[in-house]
Amino acid sequence: MNVNLPPRLAEIVSDFAECEGREKLELLLDYARRFPPLPAEFNADSDAEDVPECMTPVRMSAKLTNGRLTFAFDVPAESPTVRGYAMIIMEGLNETTPEEILAIPAEFYLQMGLQDVLTAQRLNGMAAILAHVKRRAAEALEKTD
Amino acid sequence: MAEYAHPEFLVETEWVAQHLDDPSVRIVESNEDALLYDTGHIPGAVRVDWFTTLQHPVRRDFLTKEEFEALCSSLGISNDTTVVFYGDKSNWFAVYAFWLFEYYGHEKRKVMNGGRARWIAENRPLTTEVPSYPPTTYRAKEPDASIRAFRDDVMRHIQERLPLVDVRSPKEYTGELLHMPGYPQEGAQRGGHIPGAVNIPWAQAVNEDGRFKSPEELRQLYQSRGVTPDKEIIAYCRIGERSSHTWFVLKYLLGYPKVRNYDGSWTEWGNLVGAPIEKGEGSQV
Repeated sequence: MNVNLPPRLAEIVSDFAECEGREKLELLLDYARRFPPLPAEFNADSDAEDVPECMTPVRMSAKLTNGRLTFAFDVPAESPTVRGYAMIIMEGLNETTPEEILAIPAEFYLQMGLQDVLTAQRLNGMAAILAHVKRRAAEALEKTD
Repeated sequence: MAEYAHPEFLVETEWVAQHLDDPSVRIVESNEDALLYDTGHIPGAVRVDWFTTLQHPVRRDFLTKEEFEALCSSLGISNDTTVVFYGDKSNWFAVYAFWLFEYYGHEKRKVMNGGRARWIAENRPLTTEVPSYPPTTYRAKEPDASIRAFRDDVMRHIQERLPLVDVRSPKEYTGELLHMPGYPQEGAQRGGHIPGAVNIPWAQAVNEDGRFKSPEELRQLYQSRGVTPDKEIIAYCRIGERSSHTWFVLKYLLGYPKVRNYDGSWTEWGNLVGAPIEKGEGSQV
């Protein structure tokens, strides 16, 4: 179980899996509350892109340092659910390699069990964010080859 | 400026601010984002959630009458409480809750114009404190079937060539998209719209600040597309929440006498074996 997840992301997923019912939402809210202010270099970052599949306007940037990626997001405060997802991705994939990211199963988040307390539509933000993160990982891999 | 047809069903933020401690008023927040209430809400406001509170836990339907009574009791709502609904995304899910309360016969209902975004834009107070109220003995009325359309009603509506309003985005209407952008798991087997429906996206009824447009603007918006008060109207979207917003505009702001919300909406129609579907631009009135 979780063999294909980067270690920190695997921990986050099992923390969620161990919570029951509303506790899962409380935990997601903790992540949303820890969502950091936009990094100073973000606005100037020409790599920042929109994640168009999200109902919520989400912007993302990726930085490759010594073969490892870090991500930053801009998500409005009125979308705490999406902020929570972005924070999980930021923390779970901090300084991971493109290969690790590409190995993440597309529906890894179902193991967290949030579908029990959120409608399917509210999970799509996570799917959209992961798809974009993977695309950036694939691009990073091409550059380093 | 002309007034809305039934202004008693709409209140401004200032009215709400002056009734925060009024025991005859219960403020109810209903959002698209399930965590938003927890980040701060109007002092004294209770929460309902479209998925975890208002929908039936097993079958595709909303709460039964008994479950609705239990919900009202748990929120401290009595039969004579004035319930004020507000929420995110221009009150889209708040009006769904308003529609459900009307279905079960709750009389004193209001929507807060501009919703949550306007309350915050005006720097009004928020709290994370979750209130609790003593339970009530709530008695719901028999369901008001005149505001809800089922698929057979829609079929008859098509045959009688009565107006249908599709309030989804233009690409969902033409069939280019099977679901709303960003909501891939709530799609249908087939894309397009119900034959004869006109496409008037729900958000065209609100201004940038989330408040409803003026009566003149609204009248122009709907009447220019053949959606007129002399006819029976059915509104639909994907799962019936965006269309409850349009239902509210037609019934309460413009005073149309016969408007129904088809809450089965496209996730039912686009999956229904044999149901007629129109693709592309469709009928332009």
